[in-house]
Amino acid sequence: MTILFDGIASGMLLFLISVGLSVTLGLMNFVNLAHGAFAMVGGYVCVTLLNQLGVPFLLSLPLAGLLTALVGVIFERTLYRRLYSATHLDQVLFSIGLVFMSMATAHYFFGPQQQPLTLPDFLRGQIKLPGLDMGVYRLFLIVLSLAIAFGLQRMVSGTRFGAQLRASVDNPRAARGVGINVERIFTLTFALGSGLAGLGGALGVEMLGLDPGFPVKYLVYFLIVVAVGGSGSITGSLVASLVLGVVDVVGKYYVPQVGAFVIYAVMVVMLVLRPQGLFGRRAAH
Amino acid sequence: MSLPTIDLSPLKRADRWQPAELAFWFLPVLAYFVFPENLVLLSQIAIMALFCLSLDLILGYAGIVSLGHAAFFGVGAYAAGLLASQGFGDPLMGLLVAALVSAVLGFVCSFLVLRGTDLTRLMVTLGVAMMLYEVANKLTFITGGVDGLQGIEMKPILGQFRFDLYGKTAYWYVLVILFSLFWVARKLVHSPFGLSLKGIRLNVGRMPAIGAPVNARLSAVYTIGAAYAGVAGALLAQTTQFVALDVLSFNRSAELMLILVLGGSGRLYGALVGTIVFMTAHHLLSDINPEYWQFWLGALLVLIVLFARDGVMGGLQRLMKRLSRNKVEAAQ
Repeated sequence: MTILFDGIASGMLLFLISVGLSVTLGLMNFVNLAHGAFAMVGGYVCVTLLNQLGVPFLLSLPLAGLLTALVGVIFERTLYRRLYSATHLDQVLFSIGLVFMSMATAHYFFGPQQQPLTLPDFLRGQIKLPGLDMGVYRLFLIVLSLAIAFGLQRMVSGTRFGAQLRASVDNPRAARGVGINVERIFTLTFALGSGLAGLGGALGVEMLGLDPGFPVKYLVYFLIVVAVGGSGSITGSLVASLVLGVVDVVGKYYVPQVGAFVIYAVMVVMLVLRPQGLFGRRAAH
Repeated sequence: MSLPTIDLSPLKRADRWQPAELAFWFLPVLAYFVFPENLVLLSQIAIMALFCLSLDLILGYAGIVSLGHAAFFGVGAYAAGLLASQGFGDPLMGLLVAALVSAVLGFVCSFLVLRGTDLTRLMVTLGVAMMLYEVANKLTFITGGVDGLQGIEMKPILGQFRFDLYGKTAYWYVLVILFSLFWVARKLVHSPFGLSLKGIRLNVGRMPAIGAPVNARLSAVYTIGAAYAGVAGALLAQTTQFVALDVLSFNRSAELMLILVLGGSGRLYGALVGTIVFMTAHHLLSDINPEYWQFWLGALLVLIVLFARDGVMGGLQRLMKRLSRNKVEAAQ
């Protein structure tokens, strides 16, 4: 049970980080392999605020999200925008370039070692129930992610911004025709996606660790979530992240000798059988 | 009524060797005498060039995007390495086996890759490479895991030429293999088969209409590309007598793509020139500061995508065109 619980927690974390990718890659049709780099930015911001400036943990989380969103906006306005209509190959090369740069930069400022993170006292410790040991931090993570998932779902399906986003993605031309500022919607969405990645990265320092290799190490996991969950579907990403998190943790616990092999195999089979994902909808063209 | 005839002579002329090409192939021979101290590096460049050539065949000519081409390189390296460490150290046989194993893998993978869009292809190729990496990582008793595969002992090439300490034999060996495979690739891309690949890349919808079996062609070129990559991997294993786990890593695939784009894809020599420029820069820059080399690599990649999509060879071609135009104008 405890393992299952840990799996769910890591799945939720995965969801937070990759839901933004599911929008850029799935809906805006931009192959952004640098998504993990945004999560890394969030992680480093959080660690710096916490360890060097003494900002409390609960405050540094939203700050990490906001700052990463800001970085996202800057990159979107200056670089990403030029490549929306480029070929996938160009987008891949471009974002790999960003990944390399971000890794070297992180290495330059923070060194190659893992970053330490001390959680505040009220998030440490365990809650013991019969048959289940719940880490308080993991519980916190699950509750927070569920709240965010719920909020996102509400936002996309229930608000004016959500409607504009769906319209811009489904048919940018027609959306422009009815007076929606598509560029602005894309920028905001990109900011939201990278902000969430940043928040996820900050929350994940405790569980995933944080070093300059982060963007490549977890890249495949983010891609799997999008591939399996189907593009742009929040429910799909959530389910896919949960399954992935549980399978990953359980697999590492019971059959460590197989390692991550199963995960990759599942992804390839999945892609071959159902290229549009479990809850897929067609991507915009 | 007579059938319309099309003048095919430009296509046939493209197959002819030009003086500039001959001059280019004179360079590695020259390099042997000018840099006798750096033969190991020169061999590495030649191996990388062959590897890059294999990606050019599938990406530059057929337009199949791949983020996991290192899979075939690694499989070739392990195949040749294992064969040699078991006592079958004949180099040419090693190459042949490596090529076969990689080709079979490539053939099987081609069916996975042919399904779906660019995005699916990217992820499937990446996934296959990562799977192989995990397998090689975990099967420590066969591959040596992170410690790498050791104990490779090579026999003399053709029973005549022994691998020496200075890498002289290795250099000529690699160079001869590179040139022969380049020659084959050159024949291939100028053949009707190669032209049909170009057609598929440019307009996949119309090729079936003129009777080209798209999937069969793509699958064939993917297999050939895999075999080339396998040979490159085998050469690395044989000349360094060691196989590191890193032959299968994501970084290798990504770097390879960078090299190809740097040189200019879809024009064979782009792969060679890109490798020479990249490896030389790597050698020089990483001497200065090895840790931040990656940053400049990334920056270069971003700049290429934004401003110079056709790489060094594209730039050269434009330059040549401008020069010849100036000459014509001057003559008038």
